[in-house]
Amino acid sequence: MPITRRSFLHVSSMTGGGMLLGLYFKPLAVAQRGGQAAAPAAAAMPSNYIKIAADGIVSIVAKNPENGNGMRNVLPMLIAEELDIDWKNVRIEHADLDDKYTPGQTAGGSTGTPNNWTPMRQVGAACRAMLISAAATTWGVSESECSTASGRVMHAASKRSLGYGELASKAATLTPPDVKTLKLKDPKDYKIIGKSQRGTDVHEIVTGKPIFGIDMTLPGMLYAVYVKCPVFGGKAVSANLDEIKKLPGIRDAFIVEGTAKPANVVASDPGLEPGVAIVADKWWYANNARKKLDVKWDNGPGATQSSEAFAKRAEELSKQEPMRKDLRKDGDAEAALKSAHKVLEASYSWPFIAHAPLEPQGCTAWYKDGKIEIWTTSQIPAGGRNNVAKHLDLPNDKITLHLVRGGGGFGRRLYNDYVTEAAWISKTVNAPVKLLWTREDDFAHDIYRPGGWEFLKAGLDDQGKLVAWKNHFISYGEGERFSPSANPQVAEFPAGFVANFALHASLIPLCLRTGALRAPGSNAYAFVSQSFLDELAHAAGKDPVQFRYEILDSPLVKEASARGNVFNATRMRGVLELVAEKSGWGKRKLPAGTGMGVAFYFSHQGHFAEVAEVRVTPQNKVRVNKVWMAGDIGQQIINPAAADSMAHGGIIDGLAELMAQEITLKDGGVEQRNFNDHPMVSMTEAPPEIEVHWKITDNSPTGLGEPALPPVLPAVTNAIFAATGKRIRQIPLSKSGFSWG
Amino acid sequence: MAYKLTINGKVRTVDVPADMPLLWVLRDELDLKGTKFGCGAGICGACTVHLNGKPIRSCITNVSAVNAPITTIEGLSAEGKHPLQVAWQELDVPQCGYCQAGQIMAAAALLAKTPKPTDKDIDGAMAGNYCRCGTYLRIRQAIHQAAGQHEMEGRNGAPGKPTPVAAGNGNGRNQK
Repeated sequence: MPITRRSFLHVSSMTGGGMLLGLYFKPLAVAQRGGQAAAPAAAAMPSNYIKIAADGIVSIVAKNPENGNGMRNVLPMLIAEELDIDWKNVRIEHADLDDKYTPGQTAGGSTGTPNNWTPMRQVGAACRAMLISAAATTWGVSESECSTASGRVMHAASKRSLGYGELASKAATLTPPDVKTLKLKDPKDYKIIGKSQRGTDVHEIVTGKPIFGIDMTLPGMLYAVYVKCPVFGGKAVSANLDEIKKLPGIRDAFIVEGTAKPANVVASDPGLEPGVAIVADKWWYANNARKKLDVKWDNGPGATQSSEAFAKRAEELSKQEPMRKDLRKDGDAEAALKSAHKVLEASYSWPFIAHAPLEPQGCTAWYKDGKIEIWTTSQIPAGGRNNVAKHLDLPNDKITLHLVRGGGGFGRRLYNDYVTEAAWISKTVNAPVKLLWTREDDFAHDIYRPGGWEFLKAGLDDQGKLVAWKNHFISYGEGERFSPSANPQVAEFPAGFVANFALHASLIPLCLRTGALRAPGSNAYAFVSQSFLDELAHAAGKDPVQFRYEILDSPLVKEASARGNVFNATRMRGVLELVAEKSGWGKRKLPAGTGMGVAFYFSHQGHFAEVAEVRVTPQNKVRVNKVWMAGDIGQQIINPAAADSMAHGGIIDGLAELMAQEITLKDGGVEQRNFNDHPMVSMTEAPPEIEVHWKITDNSPTGLGEPALPPVLPAVTNAIFAATGKRIRQIPLSKSGFSWG
Repeated sequence: MAYKLTINGKVRTVDVPADMPLLWVLRDELDLKGTKFGCGAGICGACTVHLNGKPIRSCITNVSAVNAPITTIEGLSAEGKHPLQVAWQELDVPQCGYCQAGQIMAAAALLAKTPKPTDKDIDGAMAGNYCRCGTYLRIRQAIHQAAGQHEMEGRNGAPGKPTPVAAGNGNGRNQK
């Protein structure tokens, strides 16, 4: 949810000072003229957003974690725009975890933009107002006669001007303004927002500077690997620790009892998993010692699980009365199916998949004298602190977390297992420790996107109108509880657009960690619902775009307005029209074996429609020639070049999920070990062209990390149908004999 | 055992076991952390360095097998001014950035051999370097741009030439 003014003010009042400015500006910022003397004081106030030095250089804090989402640029851009300074004079500083930051320091759910769009601009505007006030007082003129540009306050009538640096010390003595009095810029005056700005760390990245989590180094630091049971919930009974300790470079080796326990529904972050820690002078020695490590594991109850058995169970459940019939019921789907002109029935499935960001999981921790300092790539560092507080029995104020750039997140770093492990190991050996997982550790101990099945039935009337939709959704969980991220979305389109609609569910117990992976839920459900809609369009003898228009045009409940953060038919029609136009839908002649497919999806507040043009050979070699995307994320694309790149990334990530990614269990353990078993898309396999179009609408800006991904899977499978007549109801495609080529 | 290696034009001596992969020699013995660990199995390309100008996977190359000069991302150019590094910044290629040192090293080896690569040449040279964020269209564009092939730009769908991305804030001074 975007932060409303009310909640914004509510949070600021927690400081006991003057609302917003008590929070953001009391400790603010404005460094004393002459600089040096004031610097330590400013540094001791980590909730500062803005520091203005005497030379006019402005430092802006980027508070959110950065894993490639671009928030290290976007948030300071919002502040700098309203502060009215030149972007080239901005220095971006990276925040530590601090509860004083509001909204909180989270990189997940495409929330960075919607949650911060207004507050960050207000921070900049409030600071600007104080600088104007300082100048007006200095000159003895009215504030309304003053203006700003490029880091200076001007008084046009007397042709005087002062730089922000010159005004900083005076502004620091003023009472911050009431947020309600702030006037934000008219977008037509933007100089930074809406202009492509390079990534903050791009120079460091291309020159190989040590800026990632894995690059952390501390004096006297040791290195650790942490070996866990191949089955979730299993634990080490014994290990040849004495032998391991004698190997070259090894400092210590020990069993960790842990706190995570096997269960039929496992929390995403279930505590410290049991395992064996090996600590060495350098990481390679620790990892090399694993070859000689011999652990007797108690695998626990999870060891009986297999993907094969889950599939069998789902098939059985599909033929039985659903366990849950309370999820959604509109009209009477059973009756409508009985009287329908045409009924379609189909079962769809999707697998478990892993996040596998390219930087493996890891963390650096330094426990010393009852305090701990942590360097982490976590997407929710506060969650890591909570884990550490609980497991090391430390109060929050004894835990310092530094946010370090992460090599990709995709949801994996929403979970903080590696933070807990590093903290535990550092405390045990009483030294700074860098924990690093191997890629094999990462695949074996992910928080997987849960697999699932949908058994669908839908009815068309004699006009080809969709009149009934029934879904028996099967995934993991027990009783009332779904495993994390295994729950269906009750408002998913076409719910709300079909008079007779039923969503039922059955659950299978699962002793495995599951959780959010880029566009959680949507990354699988879009494939199902948008493919089945395509089947229905063909059954109705209608063009797939026209068929979707007809459904979008007949909502059961009329929309009150085009605003809000729920599925909006007008906005979706807008992007569908745009993508149909740009792709030349229905107007292009394609060679045999080539087809176009369309799909749309609403996720994470974004409305996205995509068209794929796909060539399939008789040998089932698939080439995505081109993808057209139309997205509606509101009134402003904040950093356009980065936004286009993020859209490309979502689409390419979706194609990787579509083609060959699958995590399977055997004897309770994950069978895939490395990227060759769970491949990404390579440059050769990626579409050579992706056309990104933005539908600008009068809505507050929303996020982009996720919503470009879901529609690409069904756009491609629908295109495969158009090209070959083969309907894809199971992903990954590799299971049906398809490959890139 | 002691090994004498030529890394980025300097002779360095390390005392490590023969089977320690070059990646870990670079990262933890010589503190050259630009080369990245991604898979440890020669699959992803994040650890790409040059051995005598040819791209190799340092994660599966034992130090004992290193018989020629090594170049890493830190040694590709004096100040990040290699045409690829310049193009990468101008087009703002990275998202998370973790694979990009390996991508640039693979591309640099390509351009040294094939100064004006076609898309097919690029595919051939880059197919083993994965980008988990999916920045391939920008990578391809940046390679063409570094090769002086501006006419190749814009093929990623943006009508016409891509807008160059504004220079970084703080003139590159925005260090932590």
